Amino acid sequence: MATLPSIVEPRVRRVPDVATGGPPRRGRGRNLLAVGLFMGPAAILLGAIVVYPALATIARSLYDRSGGTFVGTDNYRTLFGSTEILVAIRNNAIWVIVFPVLVTFIGLVFAVLTERILWSTAFKTIVFMPMAISLFATGVIWRIVYETDPHRGVINSAVGTVVDTFHAPGSYASATNIKPSTATLTARPDGGMASTATLSRGDTAQLGLTGILPEFVPTGARDAQPPATASGAITGVVWRDFSVGGTPGVIDGGEKGLPGMHLDLLSADGSTAATTTTDLSGAFRFDNPPAGSYRVAVDAANFRAPFGGVNWLGVQSLTPTSGLGTTARALLSIPLADISAIVAMLWVWCGFAMVVIGAGLAALNREVLEAAKVDGATEWQTFRHVTFPLLRPVLIVVFITMIINVLKIFDIILALVPDSSHQEANVIALKMWELGFTGGQNLGLSSALAVFLFVLVIPVIFLNIRRIRG
Amino acid sequence: MTSTALPSASAPAPAAVETPRAPRGARLRRVLNRTTLNVVLVAIGLLWLLPTVGLLVTSFRTNTDYFSSGWWQGLTHPAALTIQAYKDIIHSSGLVNALVTTVLITVPATLLVVLIASLAAYSLVFLRWRGRDWVFILLVALMVVPLQMALIPVATMYKWIHDTLGLQLFGTVAGVVIYHVAFGLPFAIFLMRNFYAGIPKDLLEAARIDGAGEWMMFRRIVLPLGKPALASLAIFQFLWVWNDLLVSLVFNSGNPNQPFTVFIFSQIRQFGANIEFFSTASFISMVIPLAVFFAFQRSFVRGVLAGAVK
Repeated sequence: MATLPSIVEPRVRRVPDVATGGPPRRGRGRNLLAVGLFMGPAAILLGAIVVYPALATIARSLYDRSGGTFVGTDNYRTLFGSTEILVAIRNNAIWVIVFPVLVTFIGLVFAVLTERILWSTAFKTIVFMPMAISLFATGVIWRIVYETDPHRGVINSAVGTVVDTFHAPGSYASATNIKPSTATLTARPDGGMASTATLSRGDTAQLGLTGILPEFVPTGARDAQPPATASGAITGVVWRDFSVGGTPGVIDGGEKGLPGMHLDLLSADGSTAATTTTDLSGAFRFDNPPAGSYRVAVDAANFRAPFGGVNWLGVQSLTPTSGLGTTARALLSIPLADISAIVAMLWVWCGFAMVVIGAGLAALNREVLEAAKVDGATEWQTFRHVTFPLLRPVLIVVFITMIINVLKIFDIILALVPDSSHQEANVIALKMWELGFTGGQNLGLSSALAVFLFVLVIPVIFLNIRRIRG
Repeated sequence: MTSTALPSASAPAPAAVETPRAPRGARLRRVLNRTTLNVVLVAIGLLWLLPTVGLLVTSFRTNTDYFSSGWWQGLTHPAALTIQAYKDIIHSSGLVNALVTTVLITVPATLLVVLIASLAAYSLVFLRWRGRDWVFILLVALMVVPLQMALIPVATMYKWIHDTLGLQLFGTVAGVVIYHVAFGLPFAIFLMRNFYAGIPKDLLEAARIDGAGEWMMFRRIVLPLGKPALASLAIFQFLWVWNDLLVSLVFNSGNPNQPFTVFIFSQIRQFGANIEFFSTASFISMVIPLAVFFAFQRSFVRGVLAGAVK
């Protein structure tokens, strides 16, 4: 074996101590024995559990599922012919493209910002902390965060608050079985209702509704009264047309008006001429509409459901896939679950990036930065042309570490992604485990996938060796 | 990168150098900027804490409460919080067994890696032998080999050892420990070697002249000097093994020797129905790693910085 230029500093030559008799001279044999004893345990373990098995996996990937028959490259052909496996590879590709860039960027931003605050240690501790938590527990944590029901999931709750503010849910949203009971009122396709009878000034309308549970009638509602005519106005009442022994379409005693109902006055051409809202007894009044014939409509907004929550861990695709065949659709879609898992993983690793980049920042030569400032560079110019180039080696370390990390991603997908999205959000390491250790136990195919994963990290091996040898 | 090249991240950043007095408007803008920055970072910090707090509060609520309202309602209605789930889970024998198994795996796997790696690193730095530079390069290469690469042959090997020697490794704590130690070694040796390379050789030469053997020098000089690196390594390895799921899932699932992560995983299909169990068990699994993290944060950060290549 050729000797490499030594990476370790040359040793000082041993000086034999003659005067005192000194230590017995160590022969070559003794030195070898020492090397054997010190290096031995590590060498045996690495040889038996890492190096030999890794080579054996390469060999195993050329045999069939039970290992009895040599099949050449069949497993690799199966690998790249299986949609499920290709989807797993596609997802790893998404992870590799998106995740390292984001982590490095956010880590850099955090590192730069924390340099300017007094409580940077506290901030770093908080952001760094998730690294101590198992990725499996992280999956459980984020599954709770991502709950679809806005009453349970904190993200959907926040999104729901915003959506409902700008797009308020109807006060009768809970009454999902609501139906008109007066013959002149019919349901419209948008979810609202409109009277079929035309009205003009001085007319009245009675709009009866059924299918509303008593608890869905707003508190404070008073008994409905037959509307009084008013000259120059269209008046009417909207009421809950249900009472024991009552007649449908008639306001019986004790039937409540429906307050807060948004009504539209529709012109003959269907456009909205006026709007109003019912009072506590369900009565309404359109004052002085221009002469003409109108219809009254119960606006769909009354029944609009509140924000129902986004299924963050679902398979809805972020890329358009309509018009594609089944296989192409499976391969070209980007399920939302991928992105949600990436966000959860960012929560874990941004602290790492921040700490490593922060250490790099602290090690920078302050004089260079000061010189830039003295020369009149703005803060951004200093960062862009001085700090950033000096930090590049550190950023590359973080970036590469994240690539390796993401290639091996396993636990978090297993814990976070529900069964219903599992295949769509699968990744190589998880698929490899499933192929080899669950169900079918196809050890040949599983080995082939492990080898594929290994091939992906080979460039990193060379990069690291180059970096470490300088 | 060596462990000594980068100062600890928790070291205070050098004080900002005084700049010439800025006009009043600029100074006001700077104060405002600083306020904005602090507000933004406080918000980010709270955001970062939110998921963990959510899990913690959820673990103190009943299943019924979980389905009827968000965990944040638990903060305003503390009376509804209960430790019942913790009581239930601790009284179920599965959890205690799994916790004990996790400790039985983690402690030996950590100690063995620390010991074996320091020995190997000693021989890489202080003993002169042919090919040691090649061995070091091989170690750097092995550092990124995915542990998935060895699962199938090692499982086969464990079965073969059982059939020929009668020694059961598959499905035992020992089998998992061996796997973790082996895959922890490349990084561990790399870390320790870099640290030992910073120890002045003269120290050892002096001892050698005084007649100390290699073992003596390792025990009396190198090991004590290497303590900071050993601590970093131990914490790293501890967290890594404690939090592992895959290795135990392959070698140790579905039997009484399954560790905590596998124990929780085995119930994952009931996630929707039994959030009480998941939140509580997950939180219990986090307690020790978090305690280790907070107690030895400095060492942990040092390890992260020294081994940012793993």
